Amino acid sequence: MNWIIKRAILAFLTIYFAASLTFVVVRSMPGDPIDALTQQLVYQYHMTYEEARALAESIAPYVPKGNIFEEYIDYMSKFLRGDLGVSISYSTGTPVVELLADRIPWTVLVVATSLIISFGAGILIGMLMAYKHGGRLDSALALIFSITRSLPEYIVAIIMLSIFAFQLKWFPTRGAYSVEPGFTLEFVYDVLYHAALPIMTWVIVHIGGWALGMRGSTISVLGEDYITYARARGIPSRRIVFTYIGRNAILPIFTSFMISLGFMFGGSIFIEYIFSYPGVGLMLYQAITNRDWYLMLGTFDIIVIAVVTGTFLADILYGFLDPRIRRGVR
Amino acid sequence: MARVEKVKKIKSDIMETMALLSRKTVIKEIIHDWVIVPGKVLIKNKKAFVGFLILMFYIFMATIGPYITPYPRSFTCPIYLKPTLLKWPPSLEHPLGCDYFGKDIWAQIVWGAPIVLKIAFIAGLITTLVGITIGMIAGFKGGIVDSILMSLTDIVMTIPGLPLLIVLASVIRASDPWVIGLMLSVTAWAGLARSIRSQVLSIKEREFIEAAKALGLSTGHIVFKEIMPNLMSYIAINFIFATTGAIYASVGLYFLGVLPFTSFNWGIMLNMAYAQAGALHSINTIHYILAPILAVIGLQVGLILFSYAVDEMFNPRLRTEL
Repeated sequence: MNWIIKRAILAFLTIYFAASLTFVVVRSMPGDPIDALTQQLVYQYHMTYEEARALAESIAPYVPKGNIFEEYIDYMSKFLRGDLGVSISYSTGTPVVELLADRIPWTVLVVATSLIISFGAGILIGMLMAYKHGGRLDSALALIFSITRSLPEYIVAIIMLSIFAFQLKWFPTRGAYSVEPGFTLEFVYDVLYHAALPIMTWVIVHIGGWALGMRGSTISVLGEDYITYARARGIPSRRIVFTYIGRNAILPIFTSFMISLGFMFGGSIFIEYIFSYPGVGLMLYQAITNRDWYLMLGTFDIIVIAVVTGTFLADILYGFLDPRIRRGVR
Repeated sequence: MARVEKVKKIKSDIMETMALLSRKTVIKEIIHDWVIVPGKVLIKNKKAFVGFLILMFYIFMATIGPYITPYPRSFTCPIYLKPTLLKWPPSLEHPLGCDYFGKDIWAQIVWGAPIVLKIAFIAGLITTLVGITIGMIAGFKGGIVDSILMSLTDIVMTIPGLPLLIVLASVIRASDPWVIGLMLSVTAWAGLARSIRSQVLSIKEREFIEAAKALGLSTGHIVFKEIMPNLMSYIAINFIFATTGAIYASVGLYFLGVLPFTSFNWGIMLNMAYAQAGALHSINTIHYILAPILAVIGLQVGLILFSYAVDEMFNPRLRTEL
């Protein structure tokens, strides 16, 4: 119990530290949102600078002005109450929380689906590799996976987009849906159709890591005495594979599964940017290019909270899953 | 009594070896350690040998390349010229074709190589050094220093690196490879620090360290002569991974356009091809985006393949077999 409280404090500190760090960094950014908006107006509507500046100031009255320290206190106290301020670039004054609520489901959909697919397939392939380890199939797969694992996802995404969306025209090139949203079968199908390429990209990049991790973990379990003993006792091999080896080998991998859920949230920027997928990552990118301070901070903080929560839950769950820890041997 | 005997024996052994190590033998040792053994490992390990050749190619490209390849200027060749290497007869005039500015693509790849490699190397170096230092201090000092450092490491480890990098890059607007390298290692060192610490903790308890301590050897000697060699393969592998991570992140940041476009870089080419030239839409311009993609993939593959041999090269236990 003590240990959980310690972990919770550390998780809280992490969020606090990251949020403060980015607050200071973002506030020291050159060019404030009004500058960015003015520039945009001059560029788009060919206004004079004075006109554009006046217009920008009138449509962006929410730009924080004042002492950075006071602002920090103000931001943090609101942050604790779940108020992340308002956006400047999105229809002036929309609460950041509202914008994020629109975007989070899309990122979660893509990230969670890809994680489940790549985890499931990776685990199975990894176990297969471990049984055949040293063989030709195993070494070929190990080589391929160690390469795909190190491929940058933006490169995989560009290749996928180029081949399957632009050349073959099998999949849409951008967005999350193209029909009227609603609880219809058509909409669900459309959403999956749009999410297919981002998901495939994630799976290609991540499956190797899971497979190699599971392979290593299974090989080390295979060498344990209790497996030899179970075989000697004549337990059916199917049971040995799943309950004896599988369960013990998955345990260390499962922690990284939880952690990944959080981290993929943060890694979604490239994929969402390339597929113009309206998730949290794309929002962070847009907020940065628009110099939309509060939106930037809010999006970053949400990503941090997702990652920290994932890691925290992973630690707690691991404690419950591993009987050695559960019974307090550690 | 037996312990004293043992210590005496070790002491005399050390004296003996020290006497043997004249300057000449030291140089021989260094050549043996850094040239002959790695060479033997490379010849035996085919994958690593291929990786080594690929890396050599990139290093040549980055060092000699800009001297023998003309600077990529705009409007020096027909816009969107197809790669001339694929034509018959192949020509070296514009081997990979030209972009929408009439700049030679091969020349852009070559002129981008030094900066990509420099950033990757610097970031890898800083990440590894910080990781080793923090991990070593935490593992050695223990107690309150250890808890503080490890809490810090845990915090840094859970901060999502990429979003933080994008925010940092858009604020700092750096173009100097040292600054970019430093930026890339802001969160990357934490994983290495943690594992170095646990390695130090386990090595610290081994007999030979106890023996060295009993002999009254200095901490510096123990750290650099006794513990370091045992961590060397570990550090080398992590250096390679840090380097691939830095290539991923730096090219990605250039691709997103959050770093200023001041020099040639494969990430800038990717950005131009993707966002400006629309190279995805048409098969006629595909070579423009394919060139930086292959350049990045090739380098990553080279590093990964080379990493297969690193363990054999630096792990003292595996090396005795050679």
